[in-house]
Amino acid sequence: MKWKQIAAELFPAGHTISEQDNFLSGNAQVDGQTVAVIGTTNHTAIGVEIALAQARAILRVVREHPRRPILILVDTQGQRLRHRDEMLGINSYMAHLGKCIELARRSGHKVIALVYDQALSGGFITSGMMADACYALPESTIRVMGLAAMARITKVPEHRLAELAKDNPVFAPGPDNYLRMGGIEAIWGGDLAAQLATALADANPADRRTALGLARGGRKLAQPVIQAVLSGTDVHAA
Amino acid sequence: MSSYLEANARERIQRLLDAHSFEEFLPPSQRIVSPHLAQLDAPVAFDDGVVIGQGLLHGERVYAAAQEGGFMGGAVGEVHGAKLVGLLRRAVAQHASAVILLLETGGVRLHEANAGLIAVSEVMRAVLQTRAAGIPVIVLVGGSNGCFGGMGIVACCANAIVMSEEGRLAMSGPEVIETANGVEEFDSRDRALVWRTTGGKHRYLLGDCQAIVADDIAAFRQAASDAIHACDQGGVALTLAALEAEQAMLAARLQDFGAQSEPMEIWRRIGIDDPQAVSMLEAAEFTELVKHSVAHVAATQQGGR
Repeated sequence: MKWKQIAAELFPAGHTISEQDNFLSGNAQVDGQTVAVIGTTNHTAIGVEIALAQARAILRVVREHPRRPILILVDTQGQRLRHRDEMLGINSYMAHLGKCIELARRSGHKVIALVYDQALSGGFITSGMMADACYALPESTIRVMGLAAMARITKVPEHRLAELAKDNPVFAPGPDNYLRMGGIEAIWGGDLAAQLATALADANPADRRTALGLARGGRKLAQPVIQAVLSGTDVHAA
Repeated sequence: MSSYLEANARERIQRLLDAHSFEEFLPPSQRIVSPHLAQLDAPVAFDDGVVIGQGLLHGERVYAAAQEGGFMGGAVGEVHGAKLVGLLRRAVAQHASAVILLLETGGVRLHEANAGLIAVSEVMRAVLQTRAAGIPVIVLVGGSNGCFGGMGIVACCANAIVMSEEGRLAMSGPEVIETANGVEEFDSRDRALVWRTTGGKHRYLLGDCQAIVADDIAAFRQAASDAIHACDQGGVALTLAALEAEQAMLAARLQDFGAQSEPMEIWRRIGIDDPQAVSMLEAAEFTELVKHSVAHVAATQQGGR
C-alpha cells in the first residue's frame, strides 16, 4: 500500500493510521505534537459513504480535540459516477465534507493537505482544496479529466489539446501546472517529515491562490478581476 | 407571469431585483474575456458568461450574480470564477444584506480545465467566507442547463436553495455517468428518470432544496426574499451543531434510502402516498401536499442548512 510508505516517511515518530474501505484515519506525531490524519487511498471514487466517513472524522476532531492540526491525505479518481449517488444527492454529501473542513479551519485547526497519488475534480475540491494549503508529491496526478474525455466534450481534437498541454498549464494534468496556477502551494521532495512540520507552522487560513497564480504566471487574470470588482472603480449603471 | 427558464441571465437578475435598481460590475462594455478560449478557436463572451452586480430586493441592498447558460452552458472559467469571488468578497466588504446566486452551469469549463477547477474551489470558499461574515447566501436554480459539477457542490454550501420543478441539481450529469458506466447505469435519454433523479421536487423531498416555486421570476423573487429572512432566525455561519445535525440527516438518508434505486420509492417512503401523481402537481399544490403528508420534511425546511 502506497500510503503506508508515505506515512512512514511523513511520521518517523510514529502514527496510528488505519485503512478501512479505502478510508484512512488516525493520529500521528509531527514535531512533538499530535496531528489528526484523514484521507483516502487506492484512487477510490468518492461516493456518499466515504464522503460521510471523512466528514464524521473531521467533526470528531473538532468536537473532541480543539485546535489539533489536521492532515488530509488525497488519493481519489474523483466523485463516484453512479445513479444511486446522484439520486441520494452526492453533491450534498460532498458539500457537507467541504463545510466540515471549513468549520475546522474556522475553529482554529490548521489544515494541510497532501496529494500523494491522484486528485481529480469533485473529490479534490471538497478535500485537498479546502485545506489552508495543499501540497503534492512530484509523481502525483492532478486533473479535471483525461484529455480524451475532454476532447469529446469540448470538440477540440485530442492531439490539439495534447499539443497545447505541453506549454499551457491550463490543460495538462500534473502538480507543476497546479503549482503555477496557485492551486498547489508547493511540491514536496526529500525529507517529507521536515516539510510537513514547516507547512503546519506556516499554515494560514486566508485563500491566497489567485495571488499565487498571478505571481507564478499561471493565472494572470483571476486576481486582477477580483481586485477590479472589489475596488468598484469601473462600475457602471446597467 | 415571466418565465425564469426562458429568460437569459441579465433578464433574470433585472426582474428578480427591484425595478431599475440593478447596477452591473464589470459589464460587457469592459470586454473582460477569457484568456484561454482563443487558442482553442472557441468564441468568447464580453461578460465571460456571468452577470454580477448589486441592487435592491424589496428595498434591501443585495449582491447578485447570474450565470448565462447560453454561453458554454454557464461553465466556470478563470474570469467567470473570479467575478463570482470578487462579488462575494465585495458583499462582505460592503456588509450586504444577502448574496443571491442564480446558478445555471455544467460546472468546470473544460476548455480551461485546471483554472476552472481551482476557480470553482475559490467560489466555494468565498461562499463560506460570506456566510462566516454573517451574510446569507441564497442559490436559485431554474435554468434549462441545471446546476451540475462542482457548482452543484457550491449550491449546497449556501444557506438555502430555491428551485423550480424544471430546475435540476446534481453532481455528475447523466451523460457523464452513462459514458462512464453504461446506459443500464443511467439512461441519459430517459427524461423522466433524469427529472426524478435530479429535479427540483426530488431535491425538495430529500431536504436539499428549501423551496420549490413555479417557473416565474416573480415567484423566485418572493422565495429569495423569504429565504433571506428565514436566515434571521436560523443563523447564517456554519456551526458545529448545525453540521452535526446535517451529518445525522445525511447518515439517516443513506440508512433509509441507500438500498433504493427508484426515486419514486423514496418519495413513497417519505410519506407521499401516490408518487406517480407528483410530476403533475403545480409547485404550490406540491408544497401543500408535502406539508400535509410529510411531517419530518416540513420540519427540516424550517432549519435551513
